[in-house]
Amino acid sequence: MARIHKTVTGDGFLAKQPTNKTLLDIHRRMVRIRHFEERAGKLMEDGKIPGALHLYVGQEAVAAGVMVHLTAEDQITSTHRGHGHLIAKGGDFDRMYAELFGRSTGYCKGKGGSMHISNMDLGMLGANGIVGGGPPIAMGAAFANKFRKSKHVAVAFFGDGASNEGSFHEAANMASLYKLPAIFVCENNGYGEYTAQANHQAVVDVADRAAGYGMPGVIVDGMDAVAVYEAAGEAIARARKGQGPTLLECKTYRFYDHVGVRGMGLNYRTDDEVKKWMKRDPIKLFEARLAEQKVLSKKQAEAVHAEVLAEIEAAVAFAEQSPMPDVASLLDDVYSTAG
Amino acid sequence: MAQMNMVQALNSAMDIMLDKDSSVVILGEDVGYFGGVFRVTEGLQRKYGENRVLDAPIAEGGIVGVAIGLAVNGLRPIAEVQFADYIYPAFDQIVSELARLRYRTAGDFFAPMTIRTPCGGGIRGGQTHSQSPEGIFTHVSGLTVVMPSNPYDAKGLLISAIETDDPVVFFEPKRLYNGPFDGDPNKPAVPWSTHPKGKVPDGYYSVPLSRAEIVRPGKAVTVVTYGTMVHVCMAAVHRAGIDAEIIDVRTLVPLDVDTLVKSVEKTHRCVIAHEATRFGGYGAELSSTIQEECFWHLEAPIQRVTGWDTPYPHAFEWEFFPGQHRVAAALEEVMKH
Ligand SMILES: Cc1ncc(C[n+]2csc(CCOP(=O)(O)OP(=O)(O)O)c2C)c(N)n1
Ligand SMILES: [Mg+2]
Repeated sequence: MARIHKTVTGDGFLAKQPTNKTLLDIHRRMVRIRHFEERAGKLMEDGKIPGALHLYVGQEAVAAGVMVHLTAEDQITSTHRGHGHLIAKGGDFDRMYAELFGRSTGYCKGKGGSMHISNMDLGMLGANGIVGGGPPIAMGAAFANKFRKSKHVAVAFFGDGASNEGSFHEAANMASLYKLPAIFVCENNGYGEYTAQANHQAVVDVADRAAGYGMPGVIVDGMDAVAVYEAAGEAIARARKGQGPTLLECKTYRFYDHVGVRGMGLNYRTDDEVKKWMKRDPIKLFEARLAEQKVLSKKQAEAVHAEVLAEIEAAVAFAEQSPMPDVASLLDDVYSTAG
Repeated sequence: MAQMNMVQALNSAMDIMLDKDSSVVILGEDVGYFGGVFRVTEGLQRKYGENRVLDAPIAEGGIVGVAIGLAVNGLRPIAEVQFADYIYPAFDQIVSELARLRYRTAGDFFAPMTIRTPCGGGIRGGQTHSQSPEGIFTHVSGLTVVMPSNPYDAKGLLISAIETDDPVVFFEPKRLYNGPFDGDPNKPAVPWSTHPKGKVPDGYYSVPLSRAEIVRPGKAVTVVTYGTMVHVCMAAVHRAGIDAEIIDVRTLVPLDVDTLVKSVEKTHRCVIAHEATRFGGYGAELSSTIQEECFWHLEAPIQRVTGWDTPYPHAFEWEFFPGQHRVAAALEEVMKH
């Protein structure tokens, strides 16, 4: 059975307490994700961003709590719900919006779009339109780290739904077999698309699946950024020490629909359920904690929000003013040589 | 007769077959309670129960594999792969098992099942929600491959697919679900009610597999196409004012060679059009077949109109999609001779 991670404030778990600097860092990462996503959702609804977006709103504590432990040399693989991962990994708003808009200044020069946004310099090996596409690749990255004897780790983010794909199971087995410096972070938001978890898998805790592959499984409250920070810190430290992978399951929730921005009035989940989870908004929870600990006052928090919002407006303007990619480039980058 | 779009027509086909044949079952991601992301299975679980219309986990290899097991044991499953772009995790089960069961057991057993999957671009789906992988499946011996271009055919062909004892990969051009899209994204969307093939019988009927249809008779050039490109070619031909004969292949394998040959022997010219990429694509097979059968009748090299040999890019939807102007250019080219 997977272990349930309790926070320091909970049962005295011995992980290193985050410093104030780290707490503020986590906070800013979460706020950046939230506002980026809210704005992206509006742009999509206004028809300015072509295609559909899977928004990360509600799950910010997971990306921020994990990524604050990583450097650009540590790799991650992401999902179709990938903006939050890239932002927490240091993604640049200008290039991100530009990618969503399909502009030449985007991370993938507009060819990838929301579901394939990626950047090697940041160790972000890609959002992925294919559910389950990421975990094996993350394990390859972890293997490369081991091969080079570096201390870097690779993290595979994936959903509860994705944990039913064969690719996840193959990756988990290999990671454990080879003792790879890797972490499987399952963001269990209770649904795969429009199917509740109880209707797509017989386990309640995805972390229980770790036992089948001989690695530790840990469950953590994914709305509590400190809890995620601690549990991820422990798993990442283990991986860096060469002790092998961990499956970390973060219980979380997406506030909006599977695709797009509608949150309430959906037929596959109740509004009451949504409201219950929204009461545990990871940013509000975190800000309350920071205020209580006198790390960040309400006023200071507001200033962070304002700063991020201003940055976002500038980034949207940048993206909108960026040129469309040159049509001739349509044929570029299929092979290593042109033509 | 009723007015149906392609979604309703497909739904009607499955409704009729679930009712008529108790061995028909449906499984796929979100096909039951939710009714399918494109609404194609809407209401079917409510009507026939969770035993007949099953919600499956996100596991395409499992979905197809389980369907094979059902099919070899007397059931007639319809497996939905939510987008054709997600079919690859199931590829091994399709190629290594499904396609060759009959052959490797010397006809002892086989899998009468249908894999339904929406394909094609023009919906701003980007790299992994726009692909047309039909050519990968036409290359696999033992599979029947179908792609309808309108509601009437969609219903009739799906019924035939469910009824045949051979495994069928049934591609649904999702850009056609709600209307006959002619390739011009700037024109307001047109509903199926404006199209004669939007009239669909309420009850049972079938459209035979392996039968192409001449959707526009003509004398000057034969246009061989299928799926969304049928409508794009129709518009391009109309615009160019060329007396083209347009053939909707409908069933890619087994191919109705006769209809193609008769037409090209009459017109002496041929343009082939599909959305999928060009190299090694299904158009190459069409071209080769026509060349072999009609060489002495041809007045001009056969032209292919296809997607570019790249993944489907996010930023270049309408540059990638082979629209009317690309069809027109090919028509012009063959008419030069
Ligand atoms: C191979 C594949 N199958 C199906 C899909 C369609 N799809 C996209 S997201 C999704 C649900 C994924 O659920 P989960 O892994 O829990 O992630 P969440 O959306 O909840 O973040 C599905 C079925 C896909 N993109 N790829
Ligand atoms: Mg989920």
